[in-house]
Amino acid sequence: MHDLSLRGLTKRFGSVAAVDDLTLDIPGGKFICLLGPSGCGKTTLLRLVAGLEEPTAGRILVGGQDQTDTPTHRRNFGMVFQSLALFPHLSVGDNVAYPLAIRGTPRAQRRARAEELLALVQLPGMADRRVHQLSGGQRQRVAIARGLAIDPRLFLLDEPLSALDANLREHMQIELRQLQTRLGVTTVVVTHDQKEALTMADVVIVMDQGRVQQMGAPMEVYRNPANAFVAGFIGTSNLLPGRLLDTSTLDISGQRLALGPGDRVKCPPGPAILSVRPEDVRFGPDGLPAHVTFIRDLGESVQIILDHAGQEVTALFSPRERPEVAIGHAVTLTFAPGGCVVLAP
Amino acid sequence: MSGRDAATPTWLGLIPGVVLAALFLVPFGIMLAVSVALRDPSGSGFYTWGFELQSYARVFTFFVGRILFVSMTIAAGAAVISVALALPFTVILAQMSRRAQTVILVILLSVLSLSEVIIGFSVSTLLSQTAGVGNLLALLRITEQPRAYTPSLFALMTGLCYLTFPYSVLVLYPPVARLDPELVEASRTMGASPLRTFFGVTVPLLRAPILGALILVFVFALGSYLLPQVLGRPEHWTLSVHITDQAVYQSNLPFAAAMAVVLLLAALALVGLALLVARERRAA
Repeated sequence: MHDLSLRGLTKRFGSVAAVDDLTLDIPGGKFICLLGPSGCGKTTLLRLVAGLEEPTAGRILVGGQDQTDTPTHRRNFGMVFQSLALFPHLSVGDNVAYPLAIRGTPRAQRRARAEELLALVQLPGMADRRVHQLSGGQRQRVAIARGLAIDPRLFLLDEPLSALDANLREHMQIELRQLQTRLGVTTVVVTHDQKEALTMADVVIVMDQGRVQQMGAPMEVYRNPANAFVAGFIGTSNLLPGRLLDTSTLDISGQRLALGPGDRVKCPPGPAILSVRPEDVRFGPDGLPAHVTFIRDLGESVQIILDHAGQEVTALFSPRERPEVAIGHAVTLTFAPGGCVVLAP
Repeated sequence: MSGRDAATPTWLGLIPGVVLAALFLVPFGIMLAVSVALRDPSGSGFYTWGFELQSYARVFTFFVGRILFVSMTIAAGAAVISVALALPFTVILAQMSRRAQTVILVILLSVLSLSEVIIGFSVSTLLSQTAGVGNLLALLRITEQPRAYTPSLFALMTGLCYLTFPYSVLVLYPPVARLDPELVEASRTMGASPLRTFFGVTVPLLRAPILGALILVFVFALGSYLLPQVLGRPEHWTLSVHITDQAVYQSNLPFAAAMAVVLLLAALALVGLALLVARERRAA
C-alpha cells in the first residue's frame, strides 16, 4: 500500500507542456483513474511515473521515497501497455514469469507463481500456450497477470481495455476492479472513457491541457463538477449560459430561475454557466419555456431533446415516467432540487 | 487467380525466373561439365570435353579440405563480427530522429558504391607501417615503433567487415524499425536493465533477420577473393583465391570448376543447416 505523490511535476515537449506543474497526493491501496480527452497529458503522466519519460521539473515520490532519478527497471512497478506488449517469442507462462526470471527466481518457483497468477486472472492451465493462440480478452488477462507478478508497489495501466469490444470491456472493468480490491495494490489506470472511470475508480483525476481539472470520488466528480470542462466531459451535461444575479438567482435568457438549497454555486455573480444532468431535467408548470425537437426511445430510458431559446437541452426519463409529449409540443423545464451547478464560464 | 482479375499478370513473375535460370543454371551447367572435362596439358586449349573425376579427386585432399575449412571459418567469423557490430548500431539508428536516420543510411549506401579493390587497398594503406594507424600509435607512445598490421587475419577481418557492414545494417534495418517500442519499454518496467532487455527481448525478436544477415554476409565473404590476397597472409587465402589462381594463372579450368562446385555445395549445405536449426528452435 504505497502512496503516490507528485510535486510540481512538469514535462515539456518543445514549447508544449504535456504535464504542467502537477502536485498531487494519491492515497495508497486505491484505484485511481486518470481521465481526460486524448492529448490531455494523462499517458505522459503515467509514463513519467513509470520512468519511461524524464520529467522537465518536479519530483515523484512513492511511499515517501523519491523515485525521480530511479531508472525504470529499479522502480518495481507493474505496467500494462495499451498494445499489451506481450512477448511473442515467449509462452504465456514465460511472459507472466518474465519479471521473476529477471530477478533470478528459480525455475520451479517461477512456474508455480505463473500458474497462480494465471488462475487469478481466470486463465488456469494456459501457461504453455503461445501468445498468438489467445483471444483479445485472454491476452488482456495475461498482460494483467504479468504486471502483478512481482507484487508491484504501483500497478500502472495505460488504456488497458481500449482494444476490447464493448461487452468484454465492461466485463473486464468489473473484473479488474474486483482483482484490485482483493490485492489492495495502488492502481493507476489511464482512460478516456468516463464510464470506465466511474465503474472502476475510488478516485477520478480529470485532466485537461496538462493540468488536473478535478480530483475526487466518482460520484462527487459527477454530481459536483468543479468547472464547465469537467461537467461537459464526465457524463452528459446540459450547459446553459446565463448570468448569476445573486447567490440564489440565475438569469437564463431572460428567465429568472431561483436556486434551491441543494444547488451549488461555484462562481461570483456575473456571467455563469448552469450545468444540469439530463436526469435532473423535469417538466413542470413553471420554468424555462422549451419545445420538443426529438424523442429517442432507448428501451431502458427515454431521451427527449428540447430547444430552449436556441440552446439544446436533453432530458432523460425512465420509461415509466415518460411524459405525454410529442415533437413540437411546448413545455416548461424545471430542474430537480440539488441538480443545478452554477459554474464560471 | 485468374489473369483478368490479377493486378499483376502472372507471366510477369515468370520473367525473373527465366532470367535466373538462364544466367545461373546455364553457367552452372557449363561449370559442371568443365569440372569433369579432360585437362589438355599441351596449352593450346584449356580442356577437351569428356568425363573423368580426376579434378574431384584432387579437390578431396587434405590440402583443399583445409583451404575450404579456412574459407568457411573466415567467412563465418566475418559474418558474426559484422552482424554483431551492425545489430546494436541498427537498434540505436532506429531510435534516432528521421533526419539523422536518413543521413546515416545515405552514408552507408554510399559505402556500397566502393569496390572491393578500393576498400582492400585503403585498409592495406591504413594498417601499413609507413602510413596510418601504426604511426599514430607510435606518436601517442602506445607502441614504441610504428609497425605494419597488414597482412594479417586482423587486417583481412577488418576489410571484410567494412565491406559487409552496410549489407548487415540494410538487412536488419526494416525489422528493427518495425519493432514495437512498447515491447522494450515493457521489459524495462519489469525490471530488466537496458542490456538485459537487448539480449532478452530485442535479439530473440530479431532472430530471423539476424540469421538472414549472417547468411548474407557469410556467402558474401565466402566469395571474396581480392581482400584475402591484399590483406591476408597466404594461409588466409580462401578457396575463391585458389579457384582464381587455378583458373587464371595455372590454366587448370577443370580443377577450378571442381573446387567451385564443391564450394557452392558446401555453402548451400551450411546455409540449409542454419535454416533447419532455426526452424527446429522456433518449433521447440
